[in-house]
Amino acid sequence: MADVKLIAADGISLTLGGRPILRQISLQLKAGEMLGLIGPNGAGKSSLLKIIAGIVEPSAGELLVNGHALRRLPGLERARSIAYLAQAGTAHWPITVARVVALGRLPHLGSWRNASAEDLRVIEAALRRTDLLELSERPFPTLSGGEKARVLLARALAVEPNTLLADEPVAALDLSHQLEVMDLLRQHCNEGGAVLVVLHDLRLAAHYCDRLHLLYQGRTLATGTPASVINDANLAQAYGVSIRRAGGSLADAFALTWSKIGHSAP
Amino acid sequence: MLMSGVLACLFLLSLFIGANPIPVLAAVMDAAGDTQSVIALILTEVRLPRALIALLAGATLGLCGAAMQGLLRNPLASPGLVGSAGGAALGASLTLYSGLAAGFWLALPAGGIVGSLLATLLVYSLAGRAAGTATLILAGVAVNSIAMALISLLINLAPSPYAVREIVLWMLGSIANHSMDDFWIMLPGTLLGWALLAGTGRSLDALTLGEETAHTLGVNLDRLRWRIFIAIALAVGSAVSTTGAIGFVGLVTPHLLRPLVGFQPGRLLPASALGGAIMLLCADIGVRLFPAGTEIKVGVLTALVGAPFFLFLIVRSRRWQT
Repeated sequence: MADVKLIAADGISLTLGGRPILRQISLQLKAGEMLGLIGPNGAGKSSLLKIIAGIVEPSAGELLVNGHALRRLPGLERARSIAYLAQAGTAHWPITVARVVALGRLPHLGSWRNASAEDLRVIEAALRRTDLLELSERPFPTLSGGEKARVLLARALAVEPNTLLADEPVAALDLSHQLEVMDLLRQHCNEGGAVLVVLHDLRLAAHYCDRLHLLYQGRTLATGTPASVINDANLAQAYGVSIRRAGGSLADAFALTWSKIGHSAP
Repeated sequence: MLMSGVLACLFLLSLFIGANPIPVLAAVMDAAGDTQSVIALILTEVRLPRALIALLAGATLGLCGAAMQGLLRNPLASPGLVGSAGGAALGASLTLYSGLAAGFWLALPAGGIVGSLLATLLVYSLAGRAAGTATLILAGVAVNSIAMALISLLINLAPSPYAVREIVLWMLGSIANHSMDDFWIMLPGTLLGWALLAGTGRSLDALTLGEETAHTLGVNLDRLRWRIFIAIALAVGSAVSTTGAIGFVGLVTPHLLRPLVGFQPGRLLPASALGGAIMLLCADIGVRLFPAGTEIKVGVLTALVGAPFFLFLIVRSRRWQT
């Protein structure tokens, strides 16, 4: 599995209403890898994620999933290999936590098959991993923001996808819940999956991701290891900010300076 | 389960209740034994079609309401919303107005189904391929208004008081005075519509998480919309052209039953079909309990009960939002 390219995007462009959103983006995602998608607001991060999820059709470019063209992949097959965690997702009916998570099994069930013991085991594992077993019978709308985010992540994990696409999964979370979610994404990679995650917090990105892909005005500004992407020139151009080093090195400035109590320091 | 039992009881009850009390068991024996007695005729030609049509129309309204609400993720949606009911009413009115219905017995239901399909297609093309829920609802309201305006025009221009009376009475919605022929005409479109809706439960479940996430769960949203629209046009078109406009069953039934199925749109479909049939059978038994001579149309009864309930829903949903 080590060198299988779960996702291979080549020359992806997107034009909406004559306005170029993405221009010639190429990226690859291998099993076991966490790729962080960073860049200022409006850079095209979410659009790129939706194209890879198959929600939005690119104007040009080629997209391969496990070596097969995404466009030709049957819907359910695509849904089994790629899970998508939407930005600020929600549930429209007040169904219970366990039932929200169970929706992740739908790509495996199709229209008629009932959930098997194996499906139930996967659902329970996703609930346990996200520490939601005690909340499993609570209606979704009664949860706090952090709990909802965990439920939706559990839903995506219940798909058992090769590739997990997450659009700002930590946006509304406090420090400790941010670490929890990022740890879960990391765990998914350690078990042989791949994660493509949109992040705004560059410290989380630098700490958790194997590689970063920096988008600016729909173009790839830089791509590579966090150390090679996060530098003065790139941040100045993409975000219009300069880095204050506070006496330390650049790496110190983007070090994660907190960790969960009871866990060893990162 | 429980609801099927209730439905069976109501169906039987519906056979027992009528303007003239008849010994039902004796009638069944006569009918089975090919004896042409009056009571057997009342049973097979009056009561049985009435009960069967109430069953089909009620289940259609309940099922389509649940499908519509699931698709649009809006508890205030109903078959009337996508123009389906309005279009069916217009199509059927046209056949009544032109006299086609009188000359050719298939014309009325055919007009209903065609009108329903056209209205649904019009809404769909107005709203556009990737329309949001709000656009779809607005387009549905607009097409319904146009259909109602055209029906008013037809009534206005009707050549004879007889045609006016026929259209108006039909518009009120009634299950009475139908034959087994009406039931057989209604059946194919209804069953086809139901069959199309039967496989949509899982997709509607996935839509709980929104359209984009549903897509990544393998739901082809375009195909799902088409499937549900065509199914509703077939089933509601068949029902409305036979029974006239019976409002609020499709809106209220899914609402009442949703908490009982854990708010899951997929499980709501069969429950709401059973519930709709139960409600319409109840309503139809209800109108028969009024003293003889005052003939209340079943559509009037469902509107009288349903409209205040609709208001209650709006008030309650407003309270949730604040």
